[in-house]
Amino acid sequence: MTYAIEAHELAKRFKGGVVALDGVSFAVEEGSVFGLLGPNGAGKTTVVRILTTILGTDGGSATVLGHDVSREPDLVRSLFGLAGQYAAVDENLTGRENLVMVGRLNHLPRKVAERRAAELLEEFELVGAADRTLKTYSGGMRRRIDLAAALVTRPSVLFLDEPTTGLDPQSRAGLWAVIESLVGAGTTVLLTTQYLEEADRLASRVAVVDNGRVISQGTPDELKAALGATVLAVGLHDAATAERAERALAPLSEKSPHRSGTAVELPVDGGPRIAMEALRVLDQLGIEPVTFVLREPSLDDVFLALTGRSAEGAAGEGVSVAPGSSEVGAAPQARPGRSAGARR
Amino acid sequence: MSATARSVETGSQADGFGARLVWAVSDTFVLTRRNLVKYVRIPESLFFSSVQPVMFVLLFRYVFGGAIRTPGVSYVNYLIPGIFVQTMAFGAVNTAIGLAEDLQKGIIERFRALPMARSSVLAARTLADLLRNVGVAVLIAAVGFAVGFRIGTNVAAFLAGIGMILVFAYALSWGFAVIGLFAPNSETAQVMSFPVLFPLTFASSAFVPVASMPSWLQGFASHQPVSVAVDAARALMVGGPTTSAVWQSVAWSVGIVVVLAPVAVRRYRTST
Ligand SMILES: Nc1ncnc2c1ncn2[C@@H]1O[C@H](COP(=O)(O)OP(=O)(O)O)[C@@H](O)[C@H]1O
Ligand SMILES: [Mg+2]
Repeated sequence: MTYAIEAHELAKRFKGGVVALDGVSFAVEEGSVFGLLGPNGAGKTTVVRILTTILGTDGGSATVLGHDVSREPDLVRSLFGLAGQYAAVDENLTGRENLVMVGRLNHLPRKVAERRAAELLEEFELVGAADRTLKTYSGGMRRRIDLAAALVTRPSVLFLDEPTTGLDPQSRAGLWAVIESLVGAGTTVLLTTQYLEEADRLASRVAVVDNGRVISQGTPDELKAALGATVLAVGLHDAATAERAERALAPLSEKSPHRSGTAVELPVDGGPRIAMEALRVLDQLGIEPVTFVLREPSLDDVFLALTGRSAEGAAGEGVSVAPGSSEVGAAPQARPGRSAGARR
Repeated sequence: MSATARSVETGSQADGFGARLVWAVSDTFVLTRRNLVKYVRIPESLFFSSVQPVMFVLLFRYVFGGAIRTPGVSYVNYLIPGIFVQTMAFGAVNTAIGLAEDLQKGIIERFRALPMARSSVLAARTLADLLRNVGVAVLIAAVGFAVGFRIGTNVAAFLAGIGMILVFAYALSWGFAVIGLFAPNSETAQVMSFPVLFPLTFASSAFVPVASMPSWLQGFASHQPVSVAVDAARALMVGGPTTSAVWQSVAWSVGIVVVLAPVAVRRYRTST
């Protein structure tokens, strides 16, 4: 088996004592999509920045296509494409100029860079906007140009850091289609995401990252098997009723229920059948639920199953799960960094 | 959107010192062009950054000038060499602002992940601001002649004066690059630049003779690099003993680059 990307015990500590990575190891098979799944602050971007030679490590090692990222950074930089969490494009240039510039900085001859830019604008349906400055682009268009810039050299390894965070569902679906077509063409992709749904749809293997550590690794199906195929979320009038409901519902699933406040969540394998049974059990006890939802498991459920904590709790925000929501941390976050003084 | 073929289309990779140098020059050229495009694409910024030096000329020529005594030389001839230096020193602040902005917006993050010469980001930034200053010099010359400035030496010496000021401003760019690389964002970079810029440009011989200042200030005002550059420029453009003044100014420029360029480069390499 050949691995396109290997990370071995990566460690990173930032000034101010933040331990961003605490021994992260994984390997990505050539031609596959590997997902790093984790909440905000887990260390995903730090992993990507180390693998793309932007950041040095404080421990461990990593290779891209067999080349050590810290010993052969110049060579490694010519092997991959990177689309970051924040579209790193030049607002004052047009879409075409951005792509040509990246081509030229990859040392493509001018003519080749121009031809390649035209091809990519076509592929990403940006021909109409090609000669407008990026200031006029929507968020989704910027992401597309950013992704296009990562593909200028047709790299065989691609790093995508939260490619769809903050995008509307339509733009997200569009980007997913692009990523899927890339994989069909044999590109190795390392993708980071906060969405279980995204990892499930795109990745063939997933590592769940929490606090700078990989807490679980496997195929999305293995991950979901540990969770149950669906989650039954029941909202009750008060905490006491919720406690009774929790006890009553527990025998219905092999997985244990989780209660927070007036909400009870139960990972289940057999959706509707268990839902009917649950209603019957509750009815017998004279409990009338306020809300009753069957939903797809989310990153939060992965976290509950793996750590007993919620994902947002891990990010230090402590927001409880809203019944019916299938995404956690979907809100676009403010860019961390220089202006907030957090990165220095 | 169709699938992208997998064949690798990497550019030729640098091997050997010669090839690396060629690529470093090419990368610098590409980025310099990109930096200059910004100045052209934001016409408001171009307009107002040209208005400011014109206002300075008019203000000092017609408002303050009458009250300033400059023995042996008309005030307009005294003023214009000073305006050249002051305006180009102000122009060097763009280096700080531009770098801070690129860091803030994440575009330098992309550059760091490309197989390009690492030195080219700083080289292109300072080069773009040098070229911008050439434009500024043409503007000041035009305005200067329009308000009555006359060359007291000869055209060659006048052009040599402009060249010397450009070298000086280029050196200052490296100083402001350091500020830009330490600043958390472009607004702060600008604000951080002023406490450096104002004493240097105004407590200098650019607008008034140093002899008119209080004695405690004269020591600083007559030896600091902006005054040295202004005195040299005045000698070249209007007249006076040139050799020592020009060498002193060039020495300052070289000194600033030798000391501050390595600081900027180290900061660029280690900041993440
Ligand atoms: N440049 C930096 N300086 C200090 N701390 C940082 C820096 N970059 C990231 N961190 C911290 O490291 C941890 C991991 O961050 P990051 O890799 O960005 O997480 P993710 O991408 O999963 O949201 C966070 O606690 C974050 O605050
Ligand atoms: Mg991140």
